[in-house]
Amino acid sequence: MARIDLHKLAHSYLPKPTNESDFALQEMDLTWEDGHAYALLGPSGCGKTTLLNIISGLVTPSQGEVLFDGRDVTAQLPQERNIAQVFQFPVIYDTMTVYNNLAFPLRNRKLPETEIRERVNEVAEMLELDDVLNKRAANLSADAKQKISLGRGLVRSDVAAILFDEPLTVIDPHLKVQLRRKLKQIHARFKLTMIYVTHDQLEALTFADQVVVMEAGKILQIGSPQDLFENPQHTFVGHFIGSPGMNFLPCQIQNGIASIDEQQIHIGSGNENLNGNFELGIRPEFLILQNKKGSGTHEVAIKVVEDLGNCKIATVQFGNHPLKVKVPEGQDVPAGIGFLEFPPQWIRLYSNDTLIKTRSPQPETGA
Amino acid sequence: MAMVIENVTKMVGNKCHINDISLQLEPGTFNILLGRTLSGKTTLMRLMAGLDRPTKGKILMDGQDLTRVSIRKRDVAMVYQQFINYPSMTIYENIASPLRRAKISATKIDHKVREVAEMLHIEALLDRLPVELSGGQQQRTAIARALVKDAELLLLDEPLVNLDYKLREELRVEMSEIFKRRKSIVVYATTEPLEALALGGNTAVLHEGDLEQFGSTIEVYQHPQTTRIAQAFSDPAMNFVNGKIDTDNLYLGDAPPIPLRGHLSKLNPGNYQFGMRANHLQLERKSAAEVEFQTTIDLAEISGSETYLYVIYDNVTWVVQQQGIHKHEMGEQAHVYVDPAKIYVFDLNGHLVSTPDINSSEPEQGVQ
Repeated sequence: MARIDLHKLAHSYLPKPTNESDFALQEMDLTWEDGHAYALLGPSGCGKTTLLNIISGLVTPSQGEVLFDGRDVTAQLPQERNIAQVFQFPVIYDTMTVYNNLAFPLRNRKLPETEIRERVNEVAEMLELDDVLNKRAANLSADAKQKISLGRGLVRSDVAAILFDEPLTVIDPHLKVQLRRKLKQIHARFKLTMIYVTHDQLEALTFADQVVVMEAGKILQIGSPQDLFENPQHTFVGHFIGSPGMNFLPCQIQNGIASIDEQQIHIGSGNENLNGNFELGIRPEFLILQNKKGSGTHEVAIKVVEDLGNCKIATVQFGNHPLKVKVPEGQDVPAGIGFLEFPPQWIRLYSNDTLIKTRSPQPETGA
Repeated sequence: MAMVIENVTKMVGNKCHINDISLQLEPGTFNILLGRTLSGKTTLMRLMAGLDRPTKGKILMDGQDLTRVSIRKRDVAMVYQQFINYPSMTIYENIASPLRRAKISATKIDHKVREVAEMLHIEALLDRLPVELSGGQQQRTAIARALVKDAELLLLDEPLVNLDYKLREELRVEMSEIFKRRKSIVVYATTEPLEALALGGNTAVLHEGDLEQFGSTIEVYQHPQTTRIAQAFSDPAMNFVNGKIDTDNLYLGDAPPIPLRGHLSKLNPGNYQFGMRANHLQLERKSAAEVEFQTTIDLAEISGSETYLYVIYDNVTWVVQQQGIHKHEMGEQAHVYVDPAKIYVFDLNGHLVSTPDINSSEPEQGVQ
């Protein structure tokens, strides 16, 4: 196991990159702590797979260094780096038995057969492959094959890190939950450094202690799932995490009051010294939609209501801006006109898409 | 013109893919086929499209037997999982292609192409080639091509499955808006209950070739006729516990008995299966009337804004849906509470006996 440092790392697929847009990865410094579970989350094309391939050595970065436990491995080939990688699609030997597939990486390293047996059995039991160990891989279902792929990644106890590139793509939707659980259990048991690339927020947030959110070759935030939800550091993170994503309203702030299209919203204490143009962010879960006018409510037109069974998503018109509001089950959405409340403790302010850190004590968790 | 499916069975070899299904779909309606992989969704769509013939039964469009009309003469459009566009044609020509075949005037074609392109927000991309577009834009193109010819029957087979969840979210909202204004019969297959709910309309629940229930989407969600439908049509799946009712009390699993109230007090004494939705299970007691269970935490799954906590009760896995993001450790003990006013009751064969009235919950039950 190893701590992995990326030092002034950047990458372009072009031979002579000139401006920022030529880079698939913008310059970054980043540390992956030993034994932690990380997810790299972002939309397709954001550079997450490039970053993963640089760590494994499949791609050599155009600039910067990759350090494993302080040792520069940038020039090393993947096989010299002691990394296991699991890909989207199963990479296995169809003609071999499941046992021999799992044993293969160990036999390559010339481990004694008794040790191999012990390790293969442990991993097979963990992945619930023990019943099919003597079967040929070719005859198994797609998800069993992908479990063999995972097992081949896990079987070596001496790897520096295990890298996963969207490993659940081929898994049937209702089997995914079992594999997500397995991966969590595996991390809890083996304490390996794991980096998991995905564009799926559920997979990323479930798997990782720390989630790295990327967009357009840049790292926008590294944080716990709760942080990404409650305190997105960048408007993109607010938008990308959560369904629907965070609402944003351009506003003008003076003396602790945000003005939006002639409406005034109190943004709470701790922001008295803030003046100028900002974006006000608030999640649909935290907006409160009421039937009656109250103190601090704002009149809105109700445009669309989607009934999702266990909640409703209302699209309301606030001045010139549409907002999404999550309304709990059992609560009626008023017809035509409603009154919207912005709880100040859940308001976040952004300038140039970046969170302004002026907020006083953080509120309790929960919606 | 309504589509009537009459006792349709489809055998492939000696395997039954569709088992004696009858269904009537009206023009101007949005109809969802909900079921897992291999439940028969695609088979049924192919039968509706006339790509395959039923082994038994009939499919009538406006009273006319579809199986006797050549496929070229049928007024059907279809969108598949994998976006299919003509790679050498521009987006404009891709969308226009069904109209060109129908020999419609160039000005009319131009008008229609631009209209649907605008609806799907790809009007700025009309001069590009498919390869220059993102996956979401390519699927929008495929949907635009299906919409442009105003077919009587529009079939969409898991059209969003290969897209990122953010795009899915956007397109779902847009699609339900677009289809509201159309006269076609729209049929949309999905494996995801949340997608069905977001799209609204009607839902047909399919399971291993059987039609289990058909009705308005929210109605099917609120009144699932069997435990199997209840499980299929909720994400996370509904949680079940065995129990009984006597003259005064409700007994759920090993939990302490609770006096009968509300819809439960109208039931005959006996043994039942009780269904609890994930969002009705909670980790804090809110009233004295709630039933308490001792469970063990198995896994916390985290969506962007909710926590799905898997807990084990009596060797069965339940899911507790919590608002917000919370951290839990595997293996820890957890008390789980449920308000009896919110539970579904099924008989021991899995048939619905009683439905809770979620929307008119009595204020602060049990707190005296």
